[in-house]
Amino acid sequence: MKKRIYFDHAATTAINREVLEAMLPYYSQEFGNPSSIHSYGQQAKKAVDQARDKTAKVLNAGFDEIFFTGSGTEADNWAIHGVAMANKKKGNHIITSAIEHHAVLYTCQRLEKAGFRVTYLPVDRYGLVDPKQVESEIGPDTILVSIMLANNEIGTIQPIKEIGKITKEKGVYLHTDAVQGVGSIAIDVCDMNIDLLSLSAHKFYGPKGIGALYIRKGTKMTPLLYGGAQERNRRAGTENTPGIVGLATAIELARSNMEENNQRLIKMRDRLIDGVMTKIDNVVLNGHPELRLPGNANLSFEFIEGESMLLSLDLKGIAASSGSACTSGSLDPSHVLLAIGLSHEIAHGSLRLSLGIDNTEEEIDYFLDTLPEIVARLREMSPLFLQKKGGYSYV
Amino acid sequence: MYSEKVMDHFINPRNVGEISEPDGVGEVGNARCGDIMKVFLRIEDNVIVDVKFKTFGCAAAIATSSMATELIKGKSVDEALAVTNKSVTEALDGLPPVKLHCSVLAEEAIQKAIEDFKEKQETKVGA
Ligand SMILES: Cc1ncc(COP(=O)(O)O)c(C=O)c1O
Ligand SMILES: [Zn+2]
Repeated sequence: MKKRIYFDHAATTAINREVLEAMLPYYSQEFGNPSSIHSYGQQAKKAVDQARDKTAKVLNAGFDEIFFTGSGTEADNWAIHGVAMANKKKGNHIITSAIEHHAVLYTCQRLEKAGFRVTYLPVDRYGLVDPKQVESEIGPDTILVSIMLANNEIGTIQPIKEIGKITKEKGVYLHTDAVQGVGSIAIDVCDMNIDLLSLSAHKFYGPKGIGALYIRKGTKMTPLLYGGAQERNRRAGTENTPGIVGLATAIELARSNMEENNQRLIKMRDRLIDGVMTKIDNVVLNGHPELRLPGNANLSFEFIEGESMLLSLDLKGIAASSGSACTSGSLDPSHVLLAIGLSHEIAHGSLRLSLGIDNTEEEIDYFLDTLPEIVARLREMSPLFLQKKGGYSYV
Repeated sequence: MYSEKVMDHFINPRNVGEISEPDGVGEVGNARCGDIMKVFLRIEDNVIVDVKFKTFGCAAAIATSSMATELIKGKSVDEALAVTNKSVTEALDGLPPVKLHCSVLAEEAIQKAIEDFKEKQETKVGA
């Protein structure tokens, strides 16, 4: 097979060997149902409990504050829906941001239909939420603030600790979607005053289809799924034992290698961004220059469209992502890019390169050698570029 | 997700460029929706003797621009008007359903360029 380079770690990551090996026994020898009282069941239960303990320790949470879910999406849905349903006597107001993942945004929209009032806080041009604005929006009927730890498209890291101080003081629950942050941001739910936190294993070299929700002890919540008594009666469904073991192994590994990985990623990312900016004109960096995920580079290329860039890169063996409308199937470009104030035109020309631990400096070189030609070719084809060059008169 | 023909026309688009002092020019779409196409026509004796395009858009938009210009080259103005997004899409062995809206662009740009040609004809006659 020809050379392939993966720059789409924000979409998903390859499972770590060590993680996979830790999981395998739970598909075959130790396949028991953790609810069963026989030895098969008890072995599986022991594995789930150990995994819960490991996961809790990484977040500085308690053992009985970790609940495994079927995905990051489920954790987000549950956090918001669960708090809303259990606290509606207290109030019907939820505060979130305009740049949340759809797992949060669409859950909020559904709650609006059910009579809740949702404030979607704007962000600045870097994608930052202003904690003061969170504070001023909190009213007597506010029950929940849900702000993501780091954005999946532009990589901006939010001041969650500052927001946590405010929500604690005001007596409002704070949920954070940490799906993109786990593995590259140190998280301490006590220090940061987080009441609920969503995570998903496939973003940190764990398996797909397994996530977790941290729920601070005492948080008033309804379940999302009803059925068996799993997860202390709060999340029904037979535990995905191999997935849970994988999640815990992956989160521990990610935490212990975090500083080292981050250093390497930041170096590669900055070289990539600087390289693109020097080699190509009319490029904008989306997101915050410093407060951003170590592996995230999001760039907009004027006069051209994202999908044609993605396909051209793919033909050269490079896998990336874009916020253009034509990659989403809708007519609008990404809501995140619009929220940071980009024009539709610039948003359509966005390219997200999300680096991971398997990437190398050589791959960055190859990318920097490959991209300028692609951009030049598409720009030569673009009527917008033609206008920019001084215009063509046909009158 | 794209047919081989679409990829071929995306990688090697035919008729990219501009025509100076064209007999007809048409631009449709806008940067808002993510696709823009501009078509330039050279028309002699009611026959499209040359056509060029510039497109801002996804692979589907670029490939349909390329195919549509191929389909009208050497054709009469009336034959060119009969080229629809359906015929362009078929000539490309189809497009994914979500991409059909991108293929309308070429049909519209060609129609607009021909309208422009006809208007210019009228002003010439009138003068
Ligand atoms: C910020 C964020 N939240 C939630 C999710 C959803 O996670 P999952 O894919 O596990 O459902 C993602 C993944 O795309 C994400 O990036
Ligand atoms: Zn398109």
